[in-house]
Amino acid sequence: MIHQRKNPKVAALLSVIPGFGQMYNRRFLKGTIFFLLFISFITLFYQFLNIGYWGLFTLGEIPKLDDSRVLLAQGIISLIITTIALTFYILNLKDAFKDAQKLQKGIILNSLKGSFKDGWDKGFPYILVGPGLFLLIFVVVFPLLFMVFLAFTDYNLYNSPPRNLLNWVGFDNFTSLATVPIWRSTFASVFSWTIIWTLVATTLQIALALILAIFVNDSRIKFKKLLRTLLILPWAVPGFVTILIFAALFNNDFGAINRDILIPLFDQALPWMTDPFWAKVAIIGIQVWLGFPFVFAIFTGILQSISSDMYEAADMDGATSWQKFKKITFPHVMFATAPILIMQYAGNFNNFNIIYLFNQGGPAVRGQNAGGTDILISWVYNLTFETQNYNMAAAISIIIGLIIATFAFFQFRRTSSFKGEM
Amino acid sequence: MTRKTKSNLQVIGMYAFIGAVIVAILYPLLWTIGLSLNPGTSLYGSSMIPDNFSFVHYKWLFFDPASDYLLWYKNTLIVATITSFSAVVFVSLIAYAFSRYHFIGKKNGIYTFLLLQTFPVLMAMVALYILLNMVNLLDTLTGLILIYIGGAIPMNVFLVKGYFDTIPKELDESAKIDGAGHLRIFFTIMLPLAKPILAVVALFNFMTPFMDFILPSIILRSPENYTLALGLFNFINEQFGNNFTRFAAGAVLIAIPIAAVFLFLQRYLISGLTSGATKG
Repeated sequence: MIHQRKNPKVAALLSVIPGFGQMYNRRFLKGTIFFLLFISFITLFYQFLNIGYWGLFTLGEIPKLDDSRVLLAQGIISLIITTIALTFYILNLKDAFKDAQKLQKGIILNSLKGSFKDGWDKGFPYILVGPGLFLLIFVVVFPLLFMVFLAFTDYNLYNSPPRNLLNWVGFDNFTSLATVPIWRSTFASVFSWTIIWTLVATTLQIALALILAIFVNDSRIKFKKLLRTLLILPWAVPGFVTILIFAALFNNDFGAINRDILIPLFDQALPWMTDPFWAKVAIIGIQVWLGFPFVFAIFTGILQSISSDMYEAADMDGATSWQKFKKITFPHVMFATAPILIMQYAGNFNNFNIIYLFNQGGPAVRGQNAGGTDILISWVYNLTFETQNYNMAAAISIIIGLIIATFAFFQFRRTSSFKGEM
Repeated sequence: MTRKTKSNLQVIGMYAFIGAVIVAILYPLLWTIGLSLNPGTSLYGSSMIPDNFSFVHYKWLFFDPASDYLLWYKNTLIVATITSFSAVVFVSLIAYAFSRYHFIGKKNGIYTFLLLQTFPVLMAMVALYILLNMVNLLDTLTGLILIYIGGAIPMNVFLVKGYFDTIPKELDESAKIDGAGHLRIFFTIMLPLAKPILAVVALFNFMTPFMDFILPSIILRSPENYTLALGLFNFINEQFGNNFTRFAAGAVLIAIPIAAVFLFLQRYLISGLTSGATKG
């Protein structure tokens, strides 16, 4: 066997039909297994892939019989299966090439048992990742892809399968967002409120957390442990419960804020639920209440880790507490927690719960198809489940996705700078 | 003004500020507890300190034949237990591969996980709905569990991988020299050492079904399949204000155990959450 000179290129070329290259390398069992896997893949999936790709291109041809949604789903699954199959196919080519190269150099290939052991060693990480990856692909990746594809169709209330067929419409939905008046004005107002909401609510919650963390950490303050526990309470109570409670507290007519606080003290009730401005104020207030404890807990941890030497040195130089805060505490805390803070902004950008549970994004606003407090993600929810504008919802989701990816990019840069090797 | 009085004023100011925040924190919580003890059912006419205390709503939740509360509690516990256990299994296996092995697609895999963990599930809801419908898992707890587990993978893999990376490689290499196989190293060295972070992952995923309301509201349709969050939301969504005291009682019964567990384990939770981001 040692003297057999094998040409790697021939081996790889023969592997165009998986297994043949391996047989050329005289790995008959391996070749047979590869070949059988190849044949069974083709027989199993040929029909499925055939329909899948036909469906992906045409989205169905006979209304009422072809359900475009199912065809689209099948098409995407076909794409995923093809990607996986291609990966294995390329691995097969490489395998034939490498084995032939080894033979050419006169290296004796492992016996069957040896190559089995080798395969177990090399294949082990794939076995570990495999099941989870499978689940991830179907539960996370597939739905996201589906959403991306929907954005390029005309799927809405008036054109919905199985009654009608969907069509590919290219970038029409995105163009509508920018040109059709009602979409354009709604998008502009929802988008700007989303940005304001993200910046104001998150910054306030970080600021409050920082002030409280510094105060409680002050050496002159007693009962630190009790205070910290109390301050962390809003984080411990499930968020949806507190938001619903606040919705009741802020109720215009019989909420305790108007009835027990504002009317007795100022003799005036505020329209928390029905006026967009006051609803926004209430929502930001609630989010600060809900969101500061987590940041507070993290800041507290960081503050305790700053060595007191720095402050003592600053005291020697006669620094005021404000100077100490500006030069030592603030930079230190911000540097250590930057990735977490970025994720706080990203979290609020998509904070569906508070907007929806407070008053379903309301109150309604004239001349636009989103409520006064709707942010992008809650608008998407309404477009999907209330008005069934699936195509527009998907298009807006893609925009959200791009923005979120930017956040992730910044977080990633910060995170990776901390670690040398991925 | 002497230095001492200035310092005293500062301390008083700080106490006043902290005190004001604590009042703002406790007010809605105590208000809810107070309301749950009102005998009437409507929000109007109930007060924070009821004239005559009554546990009638708690009794209703547990014993009234019309109440599904215990069923919802059971559903939530089932979902939480299975999700928590499966998430730990999947996540630790994947994190182990990412931390200790070289394989094709490893680097891109990490990037992808980082990106995926930032996307809210909500963005994919239409597709999830259609997918579950296709495989007949709509309105089942199984469908909900599968989505929870899949959705938990990216973020938690990141946490656990970070933790595995801190376990010295020499440990498993010396075990390998002693003849330990892949699985043996995983079960006898990595898993026991990674207990703290695995506990955090288990706890996170156990608590998610108690707190999450969106996903169940998309997937579950029939009241006997509801989880607690969804069931409670419907209490007040159907006729706002008319069931509020009942909702308050139900909410207190979820909030107290969760808050207790949370406060008890907060140190571990915080370290788990921050280690992923700061140490990376």
